[in-house]
Amino acid sequence: MADAPAQPPSLQGSDLEAVIGLEIHVQLATKTKMFCGCALSFGDEPNIHTCPVCLAHPGVLPVPNEQAIRYALQIGAALNCEVAPRSIFHRKNYFYPDSPKAYQISQYDIPICGAGRLGDVRIHRAHLEEDAAKMIHVGESGRIHGSGASLVDFNRGGTPLVEIVTEPDLRGASEAAAWARLLRETVRQLGVSDVNMEEGSLRVDANVSVRPRGSEGLGTKTELKNMNSFRFLERGIEAELGRQRELLEAGGTVAQETLHFHPGDGTLTSLRSKEEAHDYRYFPEPDLVPLAPTEEMLREARESLPELPAARIERYGSEMGLPADVAALLAADPETAAYFEQAAAAAEGIEARVVANWVTGELAAALRQDGDGAAAAGSKVSPEALAALVLLVQEKRISHGSGKTVLSALVAEGGDPAAIVEREGLAQISDSGEMEGIVAAAIEANAEAAEQIKSGNPKAIGAIVGAVMKETKGRADGGEVNRLIREQLGI
Amino acid sequence: MSRELLELTVAQAAERIRARDLAPEEYFDAWRAAAAGDELNSYLARTEAPADGTGAASGGGPSKGDGSAGDGALAGVPVAVKDIFCTEGVPTTAASRILEGYLPPYTATAVRRLAEAGAGVLGKTNMDEFAMGSSNENSAYGPVLNPWDRGRVPGGSSGGSAAAVAGGLAPCAIGTDTGGSIRQPAALCGIVGLKPTYGAVSRYGMIAFASSLDQCGPLTRDVTDAALMLDVLQGRDACDSTSVGIEGGIETPSREDLSGLRFAVPAELARDAIDSGVRDSFEATLATIERLGGEVAEAPLPHAEHGISAYYVIAPAEASSNLARYDGVRYDMRAPAGEGDLIAMYEETRAEGFGPEVKRRIMLGTYALSSGYYDAYYGRAQRVRTKIAADFAAAFSDFDFVVTPTSPSVAFGLEEKVDDPLAMYMNDFFTVPMSLAGIPAISIPAGLAEPEGGGPQLPVGFQIAAPAFAEQKLLEAAFALEQAIGFDARPEGLGG
Amino acid sequence: MIDREQVLHVARLSRLRLSEDEVAKMAGELSSILEHVDRIAELDLGDVQPTSHVVELENVLRPDEPRPSWPRERVLEPAPETADGAFRVPSPQADS
Ligand SMILES: [Mg+2]
Ligand SMILES: [Zn+2]
Repeated sequence: MADAPAQPPSLQGSDLEAVIGLEIHVQLATKTKMFCGCALSFGDEPNIHTCPVCLAHPGVLPVPNEQAIRYALQIGAALNCEVAPRSIFHRKNYFYPDSPKAYQISQYDIPICGAGRLGDVRIHRAHLEEDAAKMIHVGESGRIHGSGASLVDFNRGGTPLVEIVTEPDLRGASEAAAWARLLRETVRQLGVSDVNMEEGSLRVDANVSVRPRGSEGLGTKTELKNMNSFRFLERGIEAELGRQRELLEAGGTVAQETLHFHPGDGTLTSLRSKEEAHDYRYFPEPDLVPLAPTEEMLREARESLPELPAARIERYGSEMGLPADVAALLAADPETAAYFEQAAAAAEGIEARVVANWVTGELAAALRQDGDGAAAAGSKVSPEALAALVLLVQEKRISHGSGKTVLSALVAEGGDPAAIVEREGLAQISDSGEMEGIVAAAIEANAEAAEQIKSGNPKAIGAIVGAVMKETKGRADGGEVNRLIREQLGI
Repeated sequence: MSRELLELTVAQAAERIRARDLAPEEYFDAWRAAAAGDELNSYLARTEAPADGTGAASGGGPSKGDGSAGDGALAGVPVAVKDIFCTEGVPTTAASRILEGYLPPYTATAVRRLAEAGAGVLGKTNMDEFAMGSSNENSAYGPVLNPWDRGRVPGGSSGGSAAAVAGGLAPCAIGTDTGGSIRQPAALCGIVGLKPTYGAVSRYGMIAFASSLDQCGPLTRDVTDAALMLDVLQGRDACDSTSVGIEGGIETPSREDLSGLRFAVPAELARDAIDSGVRDSFEATLATIERLGGEVAEAPLPHAEHGISAYYVIAPAEASSNLARYDGVRYDMRAPAGEGDLIAMYEETRAEGFGPEVKRRIMLGTYALSSGYYDAYYGRAQRVRTKIAADFAAAFSDFDFVVTPTSPSVAFGLEEKVDDPLAMYMNDFFTVPMSLAGIPAISIPAGLAEPEGGGPQLPVGFQIAAPAFAEQKLLEAAFALEQAIGFDARPEGLGG
Repeated sequence: MIDREQVLHVARLSRLRLSEDEVAKMAGELSSILEHVDRIAELDLGDVQPTSHVVELENVLRPDEPRPSWPRERVLEPAPETADGAFRVPSPQADS
């Protein structure tokens, strides 16, 4: 993404199109930092996860974390990136207290992962680097802005990062946010990062510009930072697009700058430095040797790719016979998918379609009603319990209505459905003598309805069925009750 | 008695200690007493109890408490350690004001390996600040004096280590060589200095100057001691991604002749200004090689003369980045600066903490990497480096060794070159090409010569370079030559 | 060939405060060194690959196994200034 010339002033009145690219920093969920054995952490006491290496004491040397390399290769595989047969680390030099060596070990002209694609968006590159430390400004009261001191906590310093850079293929704020969600879901399913935007394990910056619709060139872009939720990402881009359009329509030009998003009021302020433009003086990191992913590493990265949603929907249709809409509901997130597959496997002899209907129908409804909105996978209803319940209903050991009652109990307290059936006395009445007596009593008590049925109004049977259900507290099988009523009425 | 102990080579002393023929405490005490008489400013710190540099209090010295010092190759041997190696609990400053009072929390791998072989740290030796210099006049703690003539420099940057060994203040020492910093002071002080192949010895804990060039090596009285120390120092280290070690280790050299070996004299390097005394000594040594059965012939090394140019771009560039961590935040000195002015704090701290040569190299290196100049300087220098390495590879396809004088002159006078950085840099003319190519090279004393302009005779070094990881072969040839030369001169007052 | 402005620019990048005398001296010294270095500009290096390293190693990696970190007292002990378990520094000028 080369710098573009300033916008010509002739854009007044033209139809402007948004051109957006994203830069995403993903903290890898390794056990240790990128170049030393300190444990990764979040929210701990300051400076308890440090050592001479990550504090840049004199004489220390970095040694790369193999797992971080493997995770980067997994991300590359999920994003369909070309993997560099040989890539090297560079030093990016800049002085700042969050950078203990005063350079960041990063990658420059040869990143580990090159061009790729996710959905409709082309990936420019994905490279490995190390995170900076955390700084907290402790302004002193009564002082002007910029005075006072900052505190530096090196716990985060050296956390492995993969920086993913897209091509400027996104055309709107909501499209950018939707794609960022897809990326997060994809990375989350790889299990290589917590991808928590609030905690900063996923950080999304946006490069935003506008250009006349149909033109191929790129306008001057601004870089948006500090949008720590998808909603803020969308709002930030929206605000910046509005600002640029207004500026250009008024005959102005966009200045290349970095803008900081303020979640409080949704505004953007310029981060323009008082210093001269950064000159990072990149050069090859002499303390490290090249990365040349082996066949084994590449194979592992490919094979470790979990089934991604699109592939899963396809499999649910072709192998399990689920209708497309139900398959889509179950396949979207891996936890729900895993829950369903476990339940289906446990429900022996029952069609997967039936189990699927319970997960997306009865269980979803019960969880909604329960109020805390837990997903099936996070609920108290284990997949095995759900399977047992479906079996009880399918084998007519309890009625469908009792099934729902049991499900409510499972949602509230978990446990074994059979035990709940026992405890609540919900077992279906299978003694036909007893049932015949109850039906006869119900016909007698609803003589009017019985007459109506006989005179050709089949709907009237509902009153008698209702009476039976009331008497049996729903433990009767609806079909069987219907059959007995017709039999006794002689129709 | 103690005078006699100081005459022992390291190999002899270690042998007697292992044989229980010499008490390690007695040997160590003798050297501690000698080091206490340092009049050359060669030490920056001396250890009270002989420290092993690993942070563990070693109590009664290198001894294991049973009157022995273990069976390590360097059992009971005191080593003078250049102040560029981190030693836990022992001040380590790299002779810079900016690290004054710094107590490393860990020990360099090289020092740890010495300790594991039974050696103890005798003290930390003076040096050019951050190893930048060829005269030891760039130390924040004053220059080191040459034991042969206290009005002259010992060479640099490992000048303290070289002077200590030559001046009878240590039996052996370690130093670092980035562009000649072991070989040149060894030559100027009349001792043996070996720069191993890049990657042979771990750099972990060695304060970085130029990471792609820095290499640790021994400074000793003779070639046998150099071999003994290298065997201990070398080895792959998990803490240094660029370390390799030397396969098979190093054995004591024993070769007596040079028959069948071919020695290349690079025509291009002979052209430049060399003192006549140095040239005579060099010619005489070539004759000795031939007398021992070696063949001597000229060979082209067409890019070696550009070594200085490439080196003085690459080394400062890496240094500018390596020294950026000294910023007054975590462990180093901090100059007073206003609240709320971070940049002023950085600039004042670094202005106060670094000496003029370090500032010069940081500036030079920053310039060479900066936007618009990278290709012209850093990029070009790296390509020259490729050419120099290729020149050596071509030479080694036909020859076993490349030989040169180690330094164009004998020890020069204090302050003679301090005002002319470029003239100072030219001291590295013969040593820089091997550093750029990453190959091993040794300097051995070849004799004495009168300095230009007259005066008492001073040591001259003879440099032999070999292909990467051919240290054993290099040491064998150096040993044969050393025996034939029979250099036994000593600085005045040290007998000999 | 290196002028005062360039010296000041590089000094700023290097975070070194130079006195007026030092600036003048530095300009002269760097110029003479670079004049010597510029001899390599005459070499034909068109198709030569740059060497950034002489070792022929690849993939020297470390297993992802945690090692004990350092006690915080030791971490902070040598620091010029600390507060609340952290390293204290003058604040960066607004937004630099
Ligand atoms: Mg980055
Ligand atoms: Zn660490």
